[in-house]
Amino acid sequence: MSELSINPGIEIRDSERELDRFRRRLAILGVFVIALFSLLFLRFLYLQVFQHSHYSTLSDANRISILPIAPHRGIIVDRNGVMLAHNYSAYTLEITPNKVGDLETTIDELATIVEITPRDRRRFRKLLDESKRFESLPIRTRLSDEEIARFASHRYRFPGVEAKARLFRQYPQGEMLSHVVGHIGRINQREVEQLENDGRLANYRGSDYLGKTGLEQSYERFLHGTTGVEEVEVDSGGRAVRTLSRTPPVPGSNLVLNLDAKLQEVAYNAFGDRRGALIAIDPASGGVLAFVSKPGFDPNLFVDGIDPQSWGELNGSLDKPLLNRASAGTYPPGSTFKPFMALAALFYGKRTPQQSISDPGFFVFGGHRFRDDKVDGHGMVDMHKSIVVSCDTYYYVLANDLGIDPIARFMTLLGFGGRTGIDIGGEAAGVLPSTEWKMRRYKQKWYAGETISVGIGQGYNSYTPLQLASATATLANDGVMFRPHIVNYIEDIRTRDKQLIESAPLRDIGVKQEHIDVIKKALVSVNLEGTSAQAFVGAPYTSAGKTGTAQVIAIKQGEKYVESKVAERHRDHALYIAYAPAEKPSIALAVVVENGGFGARAAAPIARQVIDYHLLGKIPDQPAKAD
Amino acid sequence: MHPLFSRFWRFTTRHIDGVLLSAMLLLMFTGLIVLLSASNGSFSRVSAQVMNMLVALSVMWLFANIPPHYLMRLALPLFITGCALLVGVALFGEVVNGARRWLHLGVTRIQPSELMKIAVPLMLAWYFNRNEASLKLRNYLTAALMLAVPVALIARQPDLGTALLISAGGCYVIFLAGLPWRVIIALVIAGMASLPFLWSVLHDYQRQRILTLLDPTEDPLGTGYHTIQSTIAVGSGGALGKGWMNGTQAHLDFIPERTTDFIFAVYAEEFGLLGNTVLLLLFLFVIARAMVITANAPTLFARLLAGAITLTFFTYAFVNMGMVSGILPVVGVPLPLISYGGTSLVSICLGFGILMSINTHKKLVQT
Repeated sequence: MSELSINPGIEIRDSERELDRFRRRLAILGVFVIALFSLLFLRFLYLQVFQHSHYSTLSDANRISILPIAPHRGIIVDRNGVMLAHNYSAYTLEITPNKVGDLETTIDELATIVEITPRDRRRFRKLLDESKRFESLPIRTRLSDEEIARFASHRYRFPGVEAKARLFRQYPQGEMLSHVVGHIGRINQREVEQLENDGRLANYRGSDYLGKTGLEQSYERFLHGTTGVEEVEVDSGGRAVRTLSRTPPVPGSNLVLNLDAKLQEVAYNAFGDRRGALIAIDPASGGVLAFVSKPGFDPNLFVDGIDPQSWGELNGSLDKPLLNRASAGTYPPGSTFKPFMALAALFYGKRTPQQSISDPGFFVFGGHRFRDDKVDGHGMVDMHKSIVVSCDTYYYVLANDLGIDPIARFMTLLGFGGRTGIDIGGEAAGVLPSTEWKMRRYKQKWYAGETISVGIGQGYNSYTPLQLASATATLANDGVMFRPHIVNYIEDIRTRDKQLIESAPLRDIGVKQEHIDVIKKALVSVNLEGTSAQAFVGAPYTSAGKTGTAQVIAIKQGEKYVESKVAERHRDHALYIAYAPAEKPSIALAVVVENGGFGARAAAPIARQVIDYHLLGKIPDQPAKAD
Repeated sequence: MHPLFSRFWRFTTRHIDGVLLSAMLLLMFTGLIVLLSASNGSFSRVSAQVMNMLVALSVMWLFANIPPHYLMRLALPLFITGCALLVGVALFGEVVNGARRWLHLGVTRIQPSELMKIAVPLMLAWYFNRNEASLKLRNYLTAALMLAVPVALIARQPDLGTALLISAGGCYVIFLAGLPWRVIIALVIAGMASLPFLWSVLHDYQRQRILTLLDPTEDPLGTGYHTIQSTIAVGSGGALGKGWMNGTQAHLDFIPERTTDFIFAVYAEEFGLLGNTVLLLLFLFVIARAMVITANAPTLFARLLAGAITLTFFTYAFVNMGMVSGILPVVGVPLPLISYGGTSLVSICLGFGILMSINTHKKLVQT
């Protein structure tokens, strides 16, 4: 028998006390359990009811990703619907550098599947230097279907390399319109900042390209369109799972130009292999019919980033193909300035049309002898004759009589020395000399002797061919001036709404019609019997024109300019302004042929071909020959 | 009914507690529903989990039929073996993910810390039961030592989560065994005082987890990611939830380990506060039933063991839900009966088997 059985009563009481104590402790733990579960419940209540909207937002932010959908860029067509800039869909092969181990190896391996030229590699290198590592960059563009198929079957070997269907911009007219239409290019960091400042960056979230020059740049806002958005649900790896909502992009508007591509082609070809510029304007509207800067360049090279070698060739070329001669190049107007000087004389009442001077072949001022082109002089010269024979002496005297500041005031009215406001950027203002200008530019006072050569379009004078063409158009339009504009209207491709670029004239220069008629009559005579008569022999229409020759290097006093003895690049620039038909002008133009020599020989025949095509539809079979 | 069948039925269900089993099955069924959603509608995990459940229920049935006093005999050998294996791990263990937890035993490899989850309460219950007649302070001290050895071994693997859970289980036994209140109060004060010291011995990643809990946004893609995403899942579920199979956090892969340790995030996101309340009540019901069994257990050994099993179950559920909802640090604890995984399911069911055995072997013991 154990001790326990001796006193069973105590044992049971003890045991019950033990059990009670145990149950008390268990009950405490029960309370503990309920307390902690209540804590959990409160936590759930807090998260799921009071903080629900907060976490709901977080959850949506997690799962919803906004993907931009780039709009289609508007196309650019000429006045007859000829395509100047359009989009086409093609595949590119793109590499995301930070997803690729060794770039060179990857590119080498890719080269065994699709053709990758050294030029592609160079271009890719350049893009790589300019971009961030996580952007996908094209190594090859415009892949053929066959190449795409080959790549697709080797895809697995190339993580970080993707074939993407993309819209490409193409300029079918190539170099002919390179300075007008311009080109797009990949958006760079500076442009990103610019867009951000303008508050337009959001609209470029899906876009890699932006208009860089020409109309592509100046009408960027219309051409680009509005980026659409797609709300997609993404998983934690960022992969799109499904589309939640979609706001389609609004395609960019199309540009319909005043420009006539065929006329442009005629003009461009008329230059042959000479350098120069031609602007043709419809005087009645200011619409630009042709805008030539020769030589041009292939804008298609720039779309996906130009490779350094091609860039170097273009940029380093002596011919300066990247310079837009028509609106950014400035040239002394030479004798083409004379009709406007004559107009100024009539405007200020300093001359009557009949007033004549005797031209001995020179004009002496302050001990300096200003020579006429014709050594013996033109004899008695009135205003009409001064234009027809291009008498320098007449204008030396006239300039001296007018004074530089009145000349400058009048020429400002015609748009000389100021930007015309044409609808592409990069326009130069040129130089319209005045006392105020000289003080500003050289901190020197104006010498009266300096006025003399201004009268014949030399001296400090320097204008863009565009200014010259615009002034000619204003004259042709009887003094009513329009802002030159290349685009006729912007067309919303969904609503077919047309937004006209310009219909109201800029200003009337305020010259009496009878005065204008004097000048116009003289300009007609120039083409019939004057300096450019030969270029317009046999024309079935009446045209008006004025030749001009601008010195490239100064000729020392007493030295005679002999064209054949001057190096090609130092030869005079040939200039010509014209409009036709003389009665009711539908085209006004200015031509500059760099180092072309005498204006009548080099520039006027180009104008003849352009006007012939414009009025008669005649397509020349060869470039304009110098007479 | 055929007499043979009714005899078989009586034999099968004799030691099964119908109330507890029903609540368990309800929880397991809920688990399968969530698992189907968490695995994006794929049945392969669900069917694997059904197999796990069949195994676990068999284990439960087996242990329900083993009288508690057989378990008493197992206590000491199991505990000693467990400790030996833990020492083995410390000496020859295999390092996985920076922690030495596994031990290779020729054909298979085991994680001895799992074994200790049952061996420690069994040992303590056996020890207190043996000294039932004259429980002195030194008995509690001995018990604490017996607890401290395996906990220390596991903690230095390092596996802080398991170490804390095992020490929680041991503490429940010591508390239920009647540790005097004055000692408890003294320990609480001492424990608080030693917090700075404990902090100093923690591993960097463990400290990081605790810091992350205080401010998960500090490291949103690193250690804070789990907590942030699971809290978002719970919170975005709202009052009524996003609906079964509609949880975006879960289905778009924002919740890591969403079929196992973080399955509750999927549940809370899809069923909302309503579902959470139902689940809490279901757990509470299971715990309440287990407590009733505990309270009515015939011997101190049975009471302590049953209490340890019940409260360990509670602790798992609380720690898991607390971790998913962002009030506890991330420790590798599955949600009992819900999370995918055989080991956890079998050990939980094994515990409930013991509970059922305790509940149904009373008369046999008393007579």
